[in-house]
Amino acid sequence: MTTVEASKSRSRALIDGVRDSTWGSRLAVVLVAVLVVLVGVQAVKEPAQFTSQLVIGVTNGAIIALVALGYTLVYGIIELINFAHGDNFMIGSFVGITVLSGTFAGIGLFAPISSGSGALLKVAGVLIAMAVAMVACGLLGVGIERVAYKPLRNSPRLAVLITAIGMSFILQNVGLVWKGPAQIPFPELISDANILPTDAVVFRWKDLFVIGVTIPLLVALSYFISNTKQGKAMRAVAQDKEAASMVGINVNRTISITFLLGGILAGASGVMYGLFNGITVFNVGFTQGLYAFTAAVLGGIGNLTGAVVGGFLIGIIGSMADQYVGVRWTAIVIFAVLILVLVFRPTGLLGDRSAVQGGGQ
Amino acid sequence: MAALRKYGIPALLIVVAFIFPLVDEAFELDLLFPAIIIAIYVLLALGLNIVVGFAGLLDLGFVAFYALGAYAVGWFASTQFSQVSFNFGSTATSLTGGEVPGIHISFWILLFAAAAFAGLCGVIIGAPTLRLRGDYLAIVTLGFGEIIPRFFQNGDDLGGFNLTNGTIGIKAIDSPGIQILPDAFDAWQRFSTLYLHPWYYTILVLVLITVYVNVRLRDSRLGRAWISVREDETAAAAMGINPVTTKLWAYALGGVFGGLAGAYYGAFIKNIFPDAFSFNISIIVLCMVILGGMGNIYGVILGAILLQGLNFYLLPQINEWVHAIGNALGSPLLSEADIPKYNFFLFGVILVLMMLLRPEGIIPNRQRAEELRSGEGGDVGDALGGNINE
Repeated sequence: MTTVEASKSRSRALIDGVRDSTWGSRLAVVLVAVLVVLVGVQAVKEPAQFTSQLVIGVTNGAIIALVALGYTLVYGIIELINFAHGDNFMIGSFVGITVLSGTFAGIGLFAPISSGSGALLKVAGVLIAMAVAMVACGLLGVGIERVAYKPLRNSPRLAVLITAIGMSFILQNVGLVWKGPAQIPFPELISDANILPTDAVVFRWKDLFVIGVTIPLLVALSYFISNTKQGKAMRAVAQDKEAASMVGINVNRTISITFLLGGILAGASGVMYGLFNGITVFNVGFTQGLYAFTAAVLGGIGNLTGAVVGGFLIGIIGSMADQYVGVRWTAIVIFAVLILVLVFRPTGLLGDRSAVQGGGQ
Repeated sequence: MAALRKYGIPALLIVVAFIFPLVDEAFELDLLFPAIIIAIYVLLALGLNIVVGFAGLLDLGFVAFYALGAYAVGWFASTQFSQVSFNFGSTATSLTGGEVPGIHISFWILLFAAAAFAGLCGVIIGAPTLRLRGDYLAIVTLGFGEIIPRFFQNGDDLGGFNLTNGTIGIKAIDSPGIQILPDAFDAWQRFSTLYLHPWYYTILVLVLITVYVNVRLRDSRLGRAWISVREDETAAAAMGINPVTTKLWAYALGGVFGGLAGAYYGAFIKNIFPDAFSFNISIIVLCMVILGGMGNIYGVILGAILLQGLNFYLLPQINEWVHAIGNALGSPLLSEADIPKYNFFLFGVILVLMMLLRPEGIIPNRQRAEELRSGEGGDVGDALGGNINE
């Protein structure tokens, strides 16, 4: 086929696609186009501000993407919106600050690691805090699954959802008892200084830290799912639980491992959230969890690539809304995205469950 | 005997409810205020029961209707829109004798208007969600439930127009009153915040009307349509039931009672602000419906009374006991604990335990109990949410 023919058939496919589309989706495309143009105009007017805002969006997006992966992994396997996942993220940030403070249950183990500590101590502190939070949240996720979801494996789906909401409230109150209702400050361990030599575009060490931690985690997760035996088992269980158990896969263990993975990512994300934003609070999991869920739905729930793409998109949408609409409208903008995606394209941008299930449906 | 059960027990309960203020006054129990709040939650729970219990659509944003009802009363019975001055049958009077700024419309009209407004919003919220699966539907309603209070919070500067007065909220909402009554009933001419009997009897009548409407709805053609759509939407559609209008009616009627509760709450509490309409309220009301028994009107009422009773009476009581134990043991952790602050822990535990141990609630609806209990089979995954189609 010559290139001319190829481009002709491609353009014909495009025309056919437009002809077959519904009015709702056309309207949605126009709306998105208008918004992109509006933001683009701002980008041209003040490119430096736009780029800085984009960086913040990407960094927030990385934090959201890690949580979104937890939602999507669990949904891909047992079709449950794990409502308690956002609160697992909150517990992760609490574990992180506890490790950094060096005091647990009133017993001082070591001096708190603060912005005044030495560089090596800071690095070690951050790494240990993240490791402990990841282990703790992973185990918490598995524990919740065992106690609250496993007995309901054969119940109506909404019964499990209600249980998940209940678990979410329980975790929130654990956080409330643990650290009290006030916002908890994180020590300034990672420099706020700009890496770039110019003042116009801001790319801080913090941003680098978040992105530098997120990418290896994503690579590791992707390797685990696609290359290990356990990952294969996960994909098999996601496709068909009964058939998977017939070929000798331990379904219960596989589901537990899914919750473990989700918890690990949420723990890492929680500590990063604390270090990046400098604060955490007992109910941070509710909004952040909803943002992450929005991201998972936007990308296509059950689809791992989708969750990452959705996470970054939601991060960017949030930071753009902060800048161009006003901070107090950001939550409304993101919830509106959630509703619009669920109503008009419930399969998300990249389609439902394709990655975990090993190929599209 | 059956007739006694059917009419005798409700009649007895109604009589008890009517003489309750007299008992309260005679023994100085000071329980009227909690009783009124409990009654507001009974209204809310009955409204949510239509959506969740009858039609099987999980609604996590029910607080939106409560907020809409309250703000509807706030807008049209206060000095919020002081640019205009309009008075229609309201109890609002100006101290100087001139015209009162703001819109003031009679509470009795607003009660219906707010309920209708919330019902209309129920249709608007419900319409785009009807194609969705059960758990997605829950999240969309949660999204609306989050957006609406946040909108009220940010609505003090909509292009320069102050619609909702932001986080401060709407203050000094007019009292209801029946002005045509003779002066002998002056407490009824304008409800005062000190003498709660008129308030109590008003909400009692509202609750009784709501219960009656709910019973009639449950036994009506629409009520049976809800149940059939909940159990199997395809089969229901094949039998000639239009699932779209059936579900929309559930949203609308659920919204009506939510709005009614909100309107009364607004007038009763007088100052409304967005923080009072958080996600937590949606969950409390959902807890009431689940605890009492989804789909069972009397169960839901019992659930509302139990949970709000817990909030108002039992938790402070437990708090005192814990303090006493803490003092006896010399433990500052216990003697200074603030137990009522953790009531949502208890609500979470209730949700989890009920789903694990008794998903059909305290007073189960027989059909729902069958649906929720027959979980061992393969294709009952959609029993609770009738619209899960895969």
